[in-house]
Amino acid sequence: MKLRNVSKEELYRCSYGCAGCASVLAVRLTLKVLGRNSVFVVPANCISTVSCYYPQAPFFVPMTVMAFAATGAALCGISAGFKRRGREDIHVVGFSGDGGTADIGIQSLSGAIDSGYKFIYICYDNEAYMNTGIQRSGLTPYGATTSTTPSPCFENRPKKDMMRIVAAHDIPYAATACTSYPLDYMQKVEKASKVNGPTYIHVLAPCPTGWGFPPERTIEIGRMAVESGMWQLMEFEGGEFRITHTPRRRRPVAEYFEAQARFRHLRLEEIEAIQREIDASR
Amino acid sequence: MREKVPGPTSKAGSIPTKMGSWSTVKPVLKGRCTFCLFCWIFCPEGAISQDEANKVVLFNYEECKGCGICAHECPTKAIKMAEPEPRGGE
Repeated sequence: MKLRNVSKEELYRCSYGCAGCASVLAVRLTLKVLGRNSVFVVPANCISTVSCYYPQAPFFVPMTVMAFAATGAALCGISAGFKRRGREDIHVVGFSGDGGTADIGIQSLSGAIDSGYKFIYICYDNEAYMNTGIQRSGLTPYGATTSTTPSPCFENRPKKDMMRIVAAHDIPYAATACTSYPLDYMQKVEKASKVNGPTYIHVLAPCPTGWGFPPERTIEIGRMAVESGMWQLMEFEGGEFRITHTPRRRRPVAEYFEAQARFRHLRLEEIEAIQREIDASR
Repeated sequence: MREKVPGPTSKAGSIPTKMGSWSTVKPVLKGRCTFCLFCWIFCPEGAISQDEANKVVLFNYEECKGCGICAHECPTKAIKMAEPEPRGGE
């Protein structure tokens, strides 16, 4: 896949998203790959919030807003309906946030993967419940401040490993991606769309409002997350994990932390402890 | 600022609300554009379009929110963020 060959059609336009929002970018990139022949299921998250102000409608494809805990169930239902009508060429896409995937929607996702219907479940991970006011979620990393884990007693639980959870379901295809590596992400979406079964893509989407950095650095912060080792780009296929992108040189994790307001309170020894943990898991 | 666009999949169409009024700065092409399309792929709003004939990128100021990702990611630093002209009172 080359940038010149990517579809020029914009199927997601004029949302109410914040300037520099990476989850809006993730929707745009997804629709560039899947095209008009797709149906979206969006539970309560940033995307449904910024796309559903009457009479505005940025989605140029059919889209339904679903209850928080029912994304997986809705995906199964729609997919079963298309299968009955013989329209299995239509891509059924769930676009859920990190809270809607790892906390509230996890049983529904688990049931949906278990059912074996064909769908693509995309979790865009901005590491907290951003649209309701930056509350901690299961995917908030260790050390981050949120409005429910403020500075002196910051988030003290590690990030939930969703990839291992979905891999435990023996899913046909799962992948992690980052919006700062758009071609890598789009290749993974394309690959997922060709699998006849449930697929899961976990895409890291830096949030300028919640993470505390200027909007023009969105892409740079995502790249720093991958280069520092806080986020890995990998695929799970045929029962095996495979790293799809290895950074040429590792950045110190302190650089990534210094760029964001949510890690500003961390002391030197805490950063060193996180660095040691990352180095050990390499 | 509202225009009705016939949708590809629905008869009713879609009404995109232009968000250009949010921007405090706007991108302008000052240097030489190499047509690498980094700004085009990274723009969250899809406000950048390609001019294939002249090999340059074009900005849609009606939809640009002025986040500055294009200027920050431009490898040749050809895109600069400029203050927009003051708007007339409405």
